[in-house]
Amino acid sequence: MVPFAGWEMPVQYDGIKEEHIAVRTHAGIFDVSHMGQIEVEGPGSLAFLQRLVTNDIAKIEIGGAQYSLLLNDDAGVIDDLFVYRLGHDRYLVITNAGNHAADLVRFGQIARDFDVYARDASLNYAMLAIQGPNARRIVENTLHLDLPPRMRVGARQVGRRPAIICGTGYTGEDGVEILIDPGIAPAIWTELVDAGVVPCGLGARDTLRLEVCFHLHGNDLTEETDPISAGLGWACVESTGFFGAEKVAVLRANGTDEKLAPFLIEGAGIPRQGNPVMLGDEVVGEVSSGTFSPSLEKGIGMAYLRADLVEPGTEIEIDVRGKRRAARVSSKPLYKKEI
Amino acid sequence: MSEASYPEDLKYHPEHDWARIEGGEATLGITWYAQDSLGEVVFFEGPEIGSEVTKDQPYAEVESVKAVSDVVAPVSGEVIAVNETLADAPEAINADPYETGWLVKVRLSDPLEADSLMDAAAYAASLE
Repeated sequence: MVPFAGWEMPVQYDGIKEEHIAVRTHAGIFDVSHMGQIEVEGPGSLAFLQRLVTNDIAKIEIGGAQYSLLLNDDAGVIDDLFVYRLGHDRYLVITNAGNHAADLVRFGQIARDFDVYARDASLNYAMLAIQGPNARRIVENTLHLDLPPRMRVGARQVGRRPAIICGTGYTGEDGVEILIDPGIAPAIWTELVDAGVVPCGLGARDTLRLEVCFHLHGNDLTEETDPISAGLGWACVESTGFFGAEKVAVLRANGTDEKLAPFLIEGAGIPRQGNPVMLGDEVVGEVSSGTFSPSLEKGIGMAYLRADLVEPGTEIEIDVRGKRRAARVSSKPLYKKEI
Repeated sequence: MSEASYPEDLKYHPEHDWARIEGGEATLGITWYAQDSLGEVVFFEGPEIGSEVTKDQPYAEVESVKAVSDVVAPVSGEVIAVNETLADAPEAINADPYETGWLVKVRLSDPLEADSLMDAAAYAASLE
């Protein structure tokens, strides 16, 4: 167990590689109860969220889910979030544990100007992510549920308790995330594990998300990075008037000096966060996330690179603790499912 | 191997490294405790043959998916062999840390250094 944003979290149960492969080929379960939840209710909900976060909240139908960013006034990324629309004027926002307190402050400040009620609901929910090609089938059969499709959210009864289930995840595999009364979460975990779902820790969560190039806040996103450099322009709709929209519009129009790009190590070596990216003797970027890919069996990562170098195929070198490792800029995702 | 084991014929360094001393040479590796703490080893790159390792100083790195760890030399000497099979099968360091998972062989530059290392009982006691 390791401390993580105030939670005690398992890095692994039986081993990161095994857990990783289980999610790619079968089904794995992650306890992601550290993720925060903020409930937003009231007639001003839509206007409030449009001002607060970057994506177009008006596009979310009831029962829909959307990825969005919370920016500071300078367009730095405070957090990346999922917004679920539960009812006409009712939303649930999923936050990252490490940023939840900062998110709450921001939500609270802005809520004063809107006819809206925003409150911390983190202690009301445990959160379990069941991911993998067999995840849905096992959850349906074990918990006797009809699951919402991908990127859709629905209220269900699980163990006679109200639950919110969403067809989302952080692994690149099909699956669901279940928000449930913390009191019955251990029983659900046990039932699913008994049905063959493999317990997975933070380590596999990181390797799975990096193979499919999902951002991790704290690594690939910080208050010093902007959405355009991070490749998240698609999650920003400036016409909604969110905080930071003017800055994002300028960055989008003018381009940025650096861009986030995935890369593959060509031979030996495992890149790590903070490693310099080299082109000859020149430092041309920095690794924001790096690991060993259990699927590809080689080093992979994402790096902020000089914007003229992000074309897939570009040859670069990663300085891994003083050793130069040949690498090549890749397209997203780094891992593609074989068809 | 899934059970902790510390063979009697080895000498141990507090940084969780072992040495098998045979005449003027020694085979070096990491202990069961070290590989268990590190998790599945996915990468090992040894030093160059002919390079010098110095007692108490790092001479190589072992990496798991999550972390990289220095390997500290329990004795000083010149590297005369590197376990090349680990390039393709680094998991041997987990499966068999004292035999197929050995890391390097050195020619000892100061055979008396080994006297300061722990025996198996003392090392096992140090872990408690």
